[in-house]
Amino acid sequence: MDYAAVLRVALRALARNKMRSVLTMLGIIIGVGAVICTVAIGVGASNQVQEAIRSLGNNIIFVAAGSITQRGVRLGSEATKTLTVNDAKAIVQQIPFISKVSPGVRSGGQVVYGGENWFTGIDGVTPDYLDIRRWAVMRGSFFTQHDVDSAADVCVLGLTVVQNLFGSEDPVAKMVRIRNIPFRVVGVMAPKGQSPFGRDEDDRILMPYTTVQKKLAGIDWLNFIMCSANSQRAIAPARRQIAALLRERHRLRPDQEDDFIIRSPDDLARAQAESGRVMTLLLASIASVSLLVGGIGIMNIMLVSVTERTREIGVRMAVGATESDVQNQFLAEAVVLSSIGGAVGVILGILGSRAVSNMLQWPTEIPIESILVAVAFSVGVGIFFGYYPARKAARLDPIEALRYE
Amino acid sequence: MTSGMLQLKPECQAQHDVTDPVICVENLHKVYDLGEVQVHALRGVSLKIFPGEFVAIMGASGSGKSTFMNIIGCLDRPTRGTYWLDGQDVSKLTKVELAHIRNRKIGFVFQSFNLLARTSALENVELPLIYSGVLHEERLGRAREALRIVGLEGREEHYPSQLSGGQQQRVAIARALVNNPSILLADEPTGNLDSRTSIEIMEIFQRLNREQGLTIMLVTHEPDIARFARRTVVFSDGKIRRDAPVESMADASLVLAGLPPVVENENEEDRA
Repeated sequence: MDYAAVLRVALRALARNKMRSVLTMLGIIIGVGAVICTVAIGVGASNQVQEAIRSLGNNIIFVAAGSITQRGVRLGSEATKTLTVNDAKAIVQQIPFISKVSPGVRSGGQVVYGGENWFTGIDGVTPDYLDIRRWAVMRGSFFTQHDVDSAADVCVLGLTVVQNLFGSEDPVAKMVRIRNIPFRVVGVMAPKGQSPFGRDEDDRILMPYTTVQKKLAGIDWLNFIMCSANSQRAIAPARRQIAALLRERHRLRPDQEDDFIIRSPDDLARAQAESGRVMTLLLASIASVSLLVGGIGIMNIMLVSVTERTREIGVRMAVGATESDVQNQFLAEAVVLSSIGGAVGVILGILGSRAVSNMLQWPTEIPIESILVAVAFSVGVGIFFGYYPARKAARLDPIEALRYE
Repeated sequence: MTSGMLQLKPECQAQHDVTDPVICVENLHKVYDLGEVQVHALRGVSLKIFPGEFVAIMGASGSGKSTFMNIIGCLDRPTRGTYWLDGQDVSKLTKVELAHIRNRKIGFVFQSFNLLARTSALENVELPLIYSGVLHEERLGRAREALRIVGLEGREEHYPSQLSGGQQQRVAIARALVNNPSILLADEPTGNLDSRTSIEIMEIFQRLNREQGLTIMLVTHEPDIARFARRTVVFSDGKIRRDAPVESMADASLVLAGLPPVVENENEEDRA
């Protein structure tokens, strides 16, 4: 018996009892729809977290000067003077996991333009800093390595600074004054909004670290080194190697504390993403319970159907249907029921998650895998719960079945 | 007769030709084990039916004729004894093998028609061909031809509910014919029909028997129906009591001609 015929017979049998078939499918429809919806919401939320992680930068490892204890007094972080430009060079040269580094010096001060002034933070960095943070310049350009080498009086402004000093005026090529030193504005950073930790990332001025060291801070050491690892997986080993390298370079004895602090800011975000995934899995498994209930519904209806059609089964056997022919027929009906239910459920799930996106403004995304798994699962439910009724039909004695009233 | 199992008759064996029996049963026993009691439905039945025969099996209910019918139809297996169908020993085949035999060698006609509801006449007739793996195009052609033979040309797409009892039974006959069976088994085929329609059905059987040489075995308890057959076998208490040719076989087409004409064809449904 060919599959097309089996399928046609199954479809016709189901079409005879449309209402019943639809009600039977409902369990699977709701189950599949619910699974797809929850997965879509979960993946959407997880994508949002991933996006946040991405915005943190290019696999950043942040090395800050550490706190030191001098005669019992513990000074705050970035207080040591031991972190140097040579440390930064050593990190990028000796640790293969690290692709880029930018030495960093922090300062701050009152910035003046015309009649306006604004207090803001000043970070001294190199052009690589832009890549490491995945930041972009909106207008003008970033300063160059040449500017760094010559400690040029140039700066790039964050958008908040621009709004407070320039209003709607174009700041590029204008001069601003910090501590009475004129700096030429070469560019404006693209807006970055709040950092995941609430700081306004646009309220900032960037300039060559050499300029900050010499003209603003008057120091020859660094406050931090911003490093970029090759990949997310390289972060952990790179952190260990940086720590070892810096301890060696700073000649720390084993009993001495680190004079630096290493952080990778996406640790927290990653933990957040992980808990989101667990939540999604939990919700999806609750939703899949209704798939199970739907399967039991199919089994129930198939059992009723086998009893109702006892005579039909008898006739089919009398004209030559084997046990497996009869079994396949009823199995096909169960699988057709559950597959159509699954397909409708997928459509419903897609519409449902669209509705959630539109009405609640939640981001949703339906991974293709979830559709494939849902369809495969509903076919599986059909086979699993259709097997017993089909077996029952196949085991009927044709003589008894033909006599059945 | 008791040692019949040992006397293998050559004409029942595998080298089969047209003059050998279609059905050859020897010392057939069927015992139903109902736990406490054992019911002996058949107590040593031996019978041969040759190609082209038209045999009426008669007997009261409980005489064993239904059990015999089920075994001949390969729906059941004998407890003891041997059954050769077309020279093949079918008494010890598996369920699957029996299903194939039913499909290819046996055509059933039942008292209650047993057509599939909400399935067209054509598709009902196609059913046995589906299980023998005949392709769609050929199925349609053969099913149409079978319906034509029983006089239902033009009713192919009718559902059983749109057909009269006699027409439904004719669809069932077409279904039984479609696989060119070795034998057609009819179990009280006129039991649910009025007398005129009954004779119409018998006319079809006689025509098939006469013109196509179809071997027919008919179970009935009505002597009026049995007289349309060529040979009568009477069962009682699980044994054959009488086996004789019908002395004055009635011709159904002549009987029909003698009946008053029917006014409207649709009236058949009321009488069915």
